[in-house]
Amino acid sequence: MTEEIIIAGFGGQGVLSMGKILAYAGLMEGKEVTWMPAYGPEQRGGTANVTVIVSDDPVSSPILSSYDTAIVLNQPSLEKFEPKVKPGGTIIYDGYGISEPPTRPDINIYRIDAMDAAAEMNLIKTFNMIVLGGLLKIHPVVKIESVLAALRKTLPERHHHLIPKNEEAIRKGMEIIKKL
Amino acid sequence: MADQEITLMKGNEAIAHAAIRCGCDGYFGYPITPQSEVLETLAAEKPWETTGMVVLQAESEVSSINMVYGGASTGKRVMTSSSSPGVSLMQEGISYMAGAELPALIVDVMRGGPGLGTIQPSQSDYFQACKGGGHGDYHLIVLAPASVQEMADFVDLAFTLAFRYRNPAMILADGAIGQMMEKVVLPPFKPRRTEEEIIKECPWATTGRVGGRKPNIITSLELRSEEMEVINLRIQAKYREIEEKEVRFEEFMLDDADYAIVAFGSAARIAKKSIEIARSQGIKVGLLRPITLWPFPTKEVQKLAGQVKGILSLEINAGQMVEDIRLAVEGRVPVRHFGRLGGIIPDPDEVVEALKRSF
Repeated sequence: MTEEIIIAGFGGQGVLSMGKILAYAGLMEGKEVTWMPAYGPEQRGGTANVTVIVSDDPVSSPILSSYDTAIVLNQPSLEKFEPKVKPGGTIIYDGYGISEPPTRPDINIYRIDAMDAAAEMNLIKTFNMIVLGGLLKIHPVVKIESVLAALRKTLPERHHHLIPKNEEAIRKGMEIIKKL
Repeated sequence: MADQEITLMKGNEAIAHAAIRCGCDGYFGYPITPQSEVLETLAAEKPWETTGMVVLQAESEVSSINMVYGGASTGKRVMTSSSSPGVSLMQEGISYMAGAELPALIVDVMRGGPGLGTIQPSQSDYFQACKGGGHGDYHLIVLAPASVQEMADFVDLAFTLAFRYRNPAMILADGAIGQMMEKVVLPPFKPRRTEEEIIKECPWATTGRVGGRKPNIITSLELRSEEMEVINLRIQAKYREIEEKEVRFEEFMLDDADYAIVAFGSAARIAKKSIEIARSQGIKVGLLRPITLWPFPTKEVQKLAGQVKGILSLEINAGQMVEDIRLAVEGRVPVRHFGRLGGIIPDPDEVVEALKRSF
């Protein structure tokens, strides 16, 4: 099994850290992982994206021409990456960030209203974990237990009391993602 | 952290952790994207409190490389890291170290040039690293890591080679390898050498005149031409020995290959994916990955020329290593180049297209 994922949105949305937690969770399951950010001079508000590959086999190229799954959190990212989803692949978009939804008939399209849910739950900072929950519901690339273990491993101890909130967010994402 | 623990980190972070673990005595550097995590990680790890390793942010790259010159003169394991424009600033010091035959490690995490260029990945410093970026007849030993694991592993290897031959060594990485995170098993802790061990291993070093020995003089200056030629001949003989003994490379799916891609660093990773795609379309192609860029695997390329119908040099530059391939091939098979410039990384499909276009 190899899952090639692009996560793209605005800087500050937690795109890179979502990818990092996914990669770390893969590592904890003994899988091969690569996390490759498109780094640039961008800061909060600019575009940000990261390629995450989780595989049972050694990963060759960290740079890809096409993806199994694209998670797009704003309109420019949708326009850039919708054409790069493999036929039969998956696109997940956040309803708040996207005004013109994807249209390709040969891919699976999922919508997740993660920004709205994060606002309702008064947990804006867990927006990315809600999106991650959505991904894990439709593609269980890693187990939720591994994600929680990854959070324990990557978060400084002083933030460990926030792990239950993150778990709540992941479960919320699993609940609200819907296929179009 | 247990010695054999598998962890996830950036290539730049792996360099820093590996330096601490392999008994490095000192790091002198100045921040520049995309390698700043090396200095940042060292500052966060505070090795001066544990192993006693010195970590110092100098006021410039010129200063950093001369601090490395000073540290290396005393037989210490010292290093610096930078990215392309910063390494250009260091060239005078690097040439002086090659002339004074000093072992040291220079890490170059390349970004797009020329000039200040971009901060995105590039491999456009191949010429500078392999052909002598500074003045005079000299070479660095140049290692090209293609994974975060190799970023960690090559630090100790570079120091070992540098001390074996009393010559500066370089790890030539790029922004992609520096910035990406992968699994890595860090090398086990090795203590820094004691003063006694340094005196024994480096009888040439300025370690203080113990027991009334003759003074050791570290210099690249020799105004008598006849003497300077002798020094040059000795250095050249050393280079021939390195070419003979230290070539390192990896072969991938070459056994039945009709075509070969030659690529190093992150380009070699992209090539592997391209080979997978090309083979699914019935094109038999394999990869030769030089791990040492100098000494270059000339004999292996020569051997390839007797086997394949064409060679594609995949580099994230305008065509630099392709010259060394052509020298080795001596016109026996067509050699083409493909690359992207200015910080753009070619994707695997583009490489397959280039392969089809080339032959």
